[in-house]
Amino acid sequence: MAGRLYTRSHEWLAVEGKTATAGITDFAQSQLGDVVFLELPNPGRKLAAGESFGVVESVKAASDLYSPVTGRVTAVNDKLAGKPELINSDPYGDGWILKLELSGELPRDLMDEAAYKQFTESQK
Amino acid sequence: MTEPLSFEKSRPNAHAPRLPDADVAAEELDRVLPREVLRSRPPTLPRLSEPEVMRHYSKLASMNYSISEQFYPLGSCTMKYNPVANEAAAALPGFTAIHPYQDEETVQGALELMWRLEHALCAVVGVDRVTLQPAAGAHGEWTALRMIQAFHRSHGEARTEVLVPDSAHGTNPASAALSGFQVVEVASAPDGRISLADLEAKLSPRVAALMLTNPNTLGLFERDILDIAELVHNTGAKLYYDGANLNAFMGVCRPGDMGFDAVHMNLHKTFTTPHGGGGPGAGPVGVKAELVPFLPKPTVERLNGQLKLDFKRPQSIGRVRSFYGNFGMLVRAYTYILAMGGDGLTQASMDAVLSANYLRKRVEGLLDVPHEGPCMHEFVASARNLAPNGIKALDVAKGLLERDFYAPTIYFPLVVPEAIMVEPTETESKATLDAFAAAIKEIVQEAKEQPEKLHNEPHSLPVGRLDEVATARRINAYLQGQSEDPILRWKPAPNEAC
Repeated sequence: MAGRLYTRSHEWLAVEGKTATAGITDFAQSQLGDVVFLELPNPGRKLAAGESFGVVESVKAASDLYSPVTGRVTAVNDKLAGKPELINSDPYGDGWILKLELSGELPRDLMDEAAYKQFTESQK
Repeated sequence: MTEPLSFEKSRPNAHAPRLPDADVAAEELDRVLPREVLRSRPPTLPRLSEPEVMRHYSKLASMNYSISEQFYPLGSCTMKYNPVANEAAAALPGFTAIHPYQDEETVQGALELMWRLEHALCAVVGVDRVTLQPAAGAHGEWTALRMIQAFHRSHGEARTEVLVPDSAHGTNPASAALSGFQVVEVASAPDGRISLADLEAKLSPRVAALMLTNPNTLGLFERDILDIAELVHNTGAKLYYDGANLNAFMGVCRPGDMGFDAVHMNLHKTFTTPHGGGGPGAGPVGVKAELVPFLPKPTVERLNGQLKLDFKRPQSIGRVRSFYGNFGMLVRAYTYILAMGGDGLTQASMDAVLSANYLRKRVEGLLDVPHEGPCMHEFVASARNLAPNGIKALDVAKGLLERDFYAPTIYFPLVVPEAIMVEPTETESKATLDAFAAAIKEIVQEAKEQPEKLHNEPHSLPVGRLDEVATARRINAYLQGQSEDPILRWKPAPNEAC
């Protein structure tokens, strides 16, 4: 498995062959603060890269979630409904949000770890 | 001092004044209503005597905080002092003792007020006509978008997108979505103003309108507004003005002259009618000539010295509110406009901008002030300079509550991290502004020296820190059927039947 890829809207993506897992980054969860609610799509939904697929809500703000890639949702982390705090405690592990079946190429503007780190530094 | 819930104070045998028995036989409920909608047992309501009820609500009222008592620096949501003269006018029997079903001839005074208010608002914002019907700001946004939609459709165009800047009020995308539009976000440039390059990239023949607040939610004047209007109009789209920040330039400049086609105003912000606590609000919308045929009906027209309600408007989007809007608010706003006069309104805006700039300077150096001044009627600071001490915008806000101030808006706009948004308005004295700045100074010092103390504030108010996270999670879990945790702290005892 290659390293994680990142979007400018602070989602991460881990690709394994034709499938990928997505969530929000540690930077995103730290900016949002304690997550209290997630609105997520049903499995089977087709998403275009950059399309909004749900909402993450903290006591500070509600933010849209954007799909990093084009593909079909194969699974949604149903643990998040009862335990949204997993997004805060383990954003890259138990706090994953979606699994997707990829279609087509990955968008070119996805960043690797180093580029994303530099990007978030500029956001602080 | 806290006050228990009325349910917790309930006594089994208490009762308010007993009404005499009715002298007609009561209808059996299950004869007039379907059985399936009837309760199996009466609701569990608290039982208290009249003095107990009176004391309960008077105590709650004494815990309330309002602009009649203290400074209310809530940014982007102009909380203005409500002059007493407004209330005197609204209480006149000629306004309170009429009914919307009366014949037009018998309510000429009320129609005259609506007609005059409409024309006064036209003059303030530079439009051709105004509808007074919308009941609040978001309702006004929606009304304007429906008119713009009707305009495009009348030209055989089905435009499907509405552009909204990333610093916009949350109601803008909500109103657009509710009107059936797809919302497309336009980025801010580093100076906090809308990015012309991004606007150009997002404009297309699909775009129905750009929704813009000027000054924007960062308190910055969109100085490229004439170029923005030209870009928008060149693609056939309309420019919509969100009036939340109109208090910044009444009598100085007019949205209509900047190129806005539809202009919404909040009487409960800019024109001193009550705001918050249910108001009710009033969100009139002004339009340029091209949109006039689509105004909600009826409009008030003057014909041979008589005022008439005009329902014969074939292209109208229809009524958007029962009767004629929140009429009592129209009386208050018109009273304010007359009491101030044109010069007075101009002075109010200039003083509001002066107050904001003064306070901005006083806060600079204590908190981060990320955008270059001068600002308009409000400014956005950031508490991110206190992050190394573990202090957030929320802590600063709670520290202000402890120091007898209402907290400013925090965490909005979203484009500024740890945002603290302050709008002092024109009525505050220099002494009040200085006291507020002194409180911020004290909080920042405490943040650096005793952050733990600040974390525990407020401690002298009836309630201290609320656990917002646990509350929100508990409610959401309950709403999603994930928990049976009761949301109310009070539960009836199992044997407590009324």
